[in-house]
Amino acid sequence: MTEHDDSRSAATVAEPVAAVPGTPPAAVHGRGGWRNFRRRVGSNRAAVLALGVLCVLILIAVVAPWITPQDPNAQNLRAVLVPPGTDGYWLGSDQLGRDIFSRLIVATRVSLLAVLLAVAVAFVAGAPVGFLSGFVGGRFDMVVMRINDAVMSFPPLLLAIGLVAVLGPSLRNAMFAVGIVFAPRFLRLVRGVVLGLKEETYVEASRGIGTSTRMILVRHILPNTLSPLTAQLAVTVGFAMLAESSLSFLGLGVQPPDASWGSMIREGFLYFYQSPYLGIFPGIMITIAVLTFITLGDGLRDALGREERKER
Amino acid sequence: MLKFVAWRLASLVPVMVVVTFMVFGLVLLIPGDPAVRIAGQDATVEQIEAVRDRLGLDDPFLVQYADWVAGAVQGDLGTSLFTSRPVAESISEALPVTLALTLTAIVISLCISVPLAVLAGLRRGTWVDRLATLGSSVGIALPSFWVGLMFVLLFSVTLGWLPATGYVPLSEDPVGWLRHIILPATALGIAAAAESTRQLRGSVIEVLQQDYVRTARAKGLKTRMVIGKHVLKNASVPLVTIIGLQTTFLLGGAVVVESVFGLPGLGQVAITAVTTRNIPVVQGIVLVAVVVAMLANLLVDLSYGYLNPRVRLHD
Repeated sequence: MTEHDDSRSAATVAEPVAAVPGTPPAAVHGRGGWRNFRRRVGSNRAAVLALGVLCVLILIAVVAPWITPQDPNAQNLRAVLVPPGTDGYWLGSDQLGRDIFSRLIVATRVSLLAVLLAVAVAFVAGAPVGFLSGFVGGRFDMVVMRINDAVMSFPPLLLAIGLVAVLGPSLRNAMFAVGIVFAPRFLRLVRGVVLGLKEETYVEASRGIGTSTRMILVRHILPNTLSPLTAQLAVTVGFAMLAESSLSFLGLGVQPPDASWGSMIREGFLYFYQSPYLGIFPGIMITIAVLTFITLGDGLRDALGREERKER
Repeated sequence: MLKFVAWRLASLVPVMVVVTFMVFGLVLLIPGDPAVRIAGQDATVEQIEAVRDRLGLDDPFLVQYADWVAGAVQGDLGTSLFTSRPVAESISEALPVTLALTLTAIVISLCISVPLAVLAGLRRGTWVDRLATLGSSVGIALPSFWVGLMFVLLFSVTLGWLPATGYVPLSEDPVGWLRHIILPATALGIAAAAESTRQLRGSVIEVLQQDYVRTARAKGLKTRMVIGKHVLKNASVPLVTIIGLQTTFLLGGAVVVESVFGLPGLGQVAITAVTTRNIPVVQGIVLVAVVVAMLANLLVDLSYGYLNPRVRLHD
């Protein structure tokens, strides 16, 4: 990706709400701005619904070990691959006679924790460097952006597969790989926001009256990167979940006997002809979760005003 | 235009240097002694030494890197650790399958997204628009490998219309090729279609509000003419960019979808290589994929420069 086409790369698949570097963000300045932002999110029905679903998913993940009707790893070779609705097995059982419903519940926890780890890695690896790059500018910024362009030119999933190949297949390694793959998106977003903010009148005015650089960073720039970052975080969680499920489906993520939604689809795939429903339910869960995060991200972005301004 | 092409090609060089450095540097990430890890726990000292010798692991890193790049430029990506088969040979056999899958997925994605986005953009705020918007959100959220599985369940197992696995090259039997590629390509194309619909709908709405569209309407041009001549033509410019970016994304997705349908593409080679830690093969595949993605984006940039002269002037 080159410098000149940054402005039209907001359309990327892996990053539908990427900021347009150089575009000043909607000023969410001070407490009033934050209240305004919350109100706008609140008036978006889809986003509120998504927030509700997210709360339910988080609740399930937190209380998972206590609410499963059966031990998710307990095998029962006398009830192998029973269909949904069988007594004691609401959603049927898998090839080892384990309760699919219980495994889905536990997988909610594994999947959510896994993507949180991935997004944390992406954030920590991307955001601070982007902040520094945007603020310092000059040659440092140029070098950072060239490296960033290079990382972004990799097909995301293939880079993750390459990293897992050297680190070894495990959920932790897979999530680290996914985090590295998504880090450039944060870097570019934060850099763009900081670049835009540097030109804002209030920042210049603040500098003009002799405010220290540290103070400008803490008071003006840092708080204003938070809102666009929140929107990007939500969407990235959604895409990280798709990446996690793909890697786990390929057997490169979570390892047996643990289950994530992706690895459950893998098991369903292996026993596809005997009992096709094995893979259906985890796929539905992934779709719901990803849709939730993306809708939430869209709602947050709209609340920032960018979309509204564009369509007006 | 020539200046733009030259500048664009030159800008690829630093990116290419970083990319090759990263791909080759993957070896550095192997925890512990790479030779021991690659040869496996039960390997004898001789086997470990053979791996070390084969990968030139005793040389300084930069020497190894220079050797590898020099080979890669000439089409030599090393040999597989287990079969001694040239990596470039395995890749050149598998790459056409992956490319065919990716390109077909893009075509399918366009066939879905263009009519849907134009309809949604024209009938903004109606149920058609809302349905298209909801549909595209769900489309993005669907894991393509799962959609593939559901397709197999429906079209192969239940209805028996299309084969679930296997591949026939296009040159041998075009109909057979289409029958094998249509399900995986559609599974892969759905997410891309969803994203394109979102983007294209936005640009249709934007173009509809332009003065020249209003003028065209005011002078009594038929709606069909306005849409065909002004709206579609102008709204399709960002679409070109989206296609380039989607190629990068779809190349990764293809790897997973291939494994559902048993297609003998890069995915199959990659998965086998990853599970056996066949590092030269992994490096080769990642490098080839990134080069293909970069070339696709280069083509897009050039066509964009052609379509939109402002880009050329800007640079």
